[in-house]
Amino acid sequence: MFRTAQILFGVSVVIFLLMPIVAILPLAFTSSVFLTYPIEDYSLRWFVELATADAWRLSIMNSLIIGLGATLLSTILGTLASLGMRSKALPFANLLRTMFLLPMVVPAVVLGVGMQMLFVNLGLASTYPGVIVAHAVLCVPFVIVSVSASLQGIDPSVEKAASSLGASPVMVFRRVTFPLALPGVISGAVFAFATSLDEVVITLFVAGPNQRTLARQMFSSIRENISPTVVAAALLLIIGTLCLGGLAALLRWRQERSALKAVP
Amino acid sequence: MQPFIQFESVSKSFGSLAVIDSLDLTIHKGEFLSLLGPSGSGKTTILMMLAGFERPTRGTITLDGMRIDQLPPHRREMGVVFQNYALFPHMTVAENVAFPLEMKRLPRHEIARKVERALDMVRLGHLKNRRPSQLSGGQQQRVALTRALVFEPRVILMDEPLGALDKQLREHMQLEIRELHKRLGLTIVFVTHDQSEALTMSDRIAVFNAGKVEQIDSPHAIYDTPRTRFVAQFIGETNLIEADVVNVQNGHATIVLGADLAAKVRSGPELQAGQKALFSLRPERMRLGADPAGDNALDMTITDCIYHGDHMRVQLAKGNFTFTARCERLAGNWTVGTPVVVSFDPRDCTVLAP
Repeated sequence: MFRTAQILFGVSVVIFLLMPIVAILPLAFTSSVFLTYPIEDYSLRWFVELATADAWRLSIMNSLIIGLGATLLSTILGTLASLGMRSKALPFANLLRTMFLLPMVVPAVVLGVGMQMLFVNLGLASTYPGVIVAHAVLCVPFVIVSVSASLQGIDPSVEKAASSLGASPVMVFRRVTFPLALPGVISGAVFAFATSLDEVVITLFVAGPNQRTLARQMFSSIRENISPTVVAAALLLIIGTLCLGGLAALLRWRQERSALKAVP
Repeated sequence: MQPFIQFESVSKSFGSLAVIDSLDLTIHKGEFLSLLGPSGSGKTTILMMLAGFERPTRGTITLDGMRIDQLPPHRREMGVVFQNYALFPHMTVAENVAFPLEMKRLPRHEIARKVERALDMVRLGHLKNRRPSQLSGGQQQRVALTRALVFEPRVILMDEPLGALDKQLREHMQLEIRELHKRLGLTIVFVTHDQSEALTMSDRIAVFNAGKVEQIDSPHAIYDTPRTRFVAQFIGETNLIEADVVNVQNGHATIVLGADLAAKVRSGPELQAGQKALFSLRPERMRLGADPAGDNALDMTITDCIYHGDHMRVQLAKGNFTFTARCERLAGNWTVGTPVVVSFDPRDCTVLAP
């Protein structure tokens, strides 16, 4: 009885979460110019539009450039921060960790306004580096969480062993610490890329017309003219994010499995 | 033997907690020295200071006349074997063993040759492409040992390396390590809390208690002539009795153990009549039998007999004075309550300052 209730509840939550997506996605394949049911005729014209219309093509390119830039920057910074916070010699490590994770909880609007004011003064407003930096701020927490978790899984005596066997601190990092933390770094990078891809609010504040990302383009085309191209773009985003998420999960699963096996 | 490693008045404290207090310790070249003590006695801290993971708060450590206490670990040329083996989980067995050789920047073909030879020596050649997680505990332990040996370090340090193995495997590895020590002429510093391990493997044992060396001697001397109460109690089993010295002459003393039982013991110059002394006698050095043999024969009563398979443990008493004896088998049909004569050789008794 209780078991049945559990299953029922679980299934209804999943349906509730999936219904909006399921409701709108088929419209990507409509031939009509309106987002309405019933779909009379199926076509791929909105995907063609996505690939050929300048505004959409440019936004996809922008999303990739900004996403890759933000991923690279946040992965490097987040990994360095995680390594630093592992050191016992660092005072206030917990305070620092909380600070680094703040962008996860601070409302994006607040961050966006602040960054816009700052970037105008720095001459970064409406530039690619500006948007990349802004996205990286949002991505860093994801990298830190993921890299810290995999660093925590490293047995400190393994690093001690390496240095007793003649490895200088740089060598210990290159040959032992980094390879062992790599799965965490990669899954952090995947999260960072997915975060940048989805980001709208901060982009609204710091990006100019030339840095219009895919998410930003979708947002404005919904306001201006609700065309099924938005749904086609959404489908692409969802598939891309699912692939990346799957990759991250796969990496984590492999890491956990090898960690489990490493116990003597 | 010339001193090889020397600790000179080394102290170590963590914050306000003093772990090692003014330690002097000499380790000879080619010897197998065990650091034995209960947990928290500072033995692992000493090993960590030797390896370079901890620095002494005061004092100096020298290796072959050169001061090493401020050197970083990677410049000390010491092979460390950790309790949990600390193998690199992302490398194969062969890559693990090659690691220290790569750090020495040896040519590639020489590394391959040395790895091959080292793994064959511990009979692990067929496992060289496995990951550590695919090995058993004993195999992991042998890889860790090989990795610490292969780059020919000046000293091998082992931190309770056999603690995680089951009893049978542990005894096998004890023999294997001893054999390697003899064959390769290694200097080994071995930390353990297992006294039988220390007794079987070592050339010398340093017994630690609360950050100080209680006694440093051959296993034989540690067992047969403990010099402090702690050593007598920590190593093996013993009957430890506070006794009164009544008479000293010709290198022998007569002491009263209690309940009117007197014993004759070998005496050093330090014993004087009228003093209190601590009397220690190993259970297996006592003989039970109606015929008194030796100089000491005490009339006691059996109060308990415990069967241990290869031996019996017999509780003896007279009044409120008790002894524990260990015999291979009971000669007569003795049951609880049987009166019996207990005899022992004065040379087997140790008398310590209380």
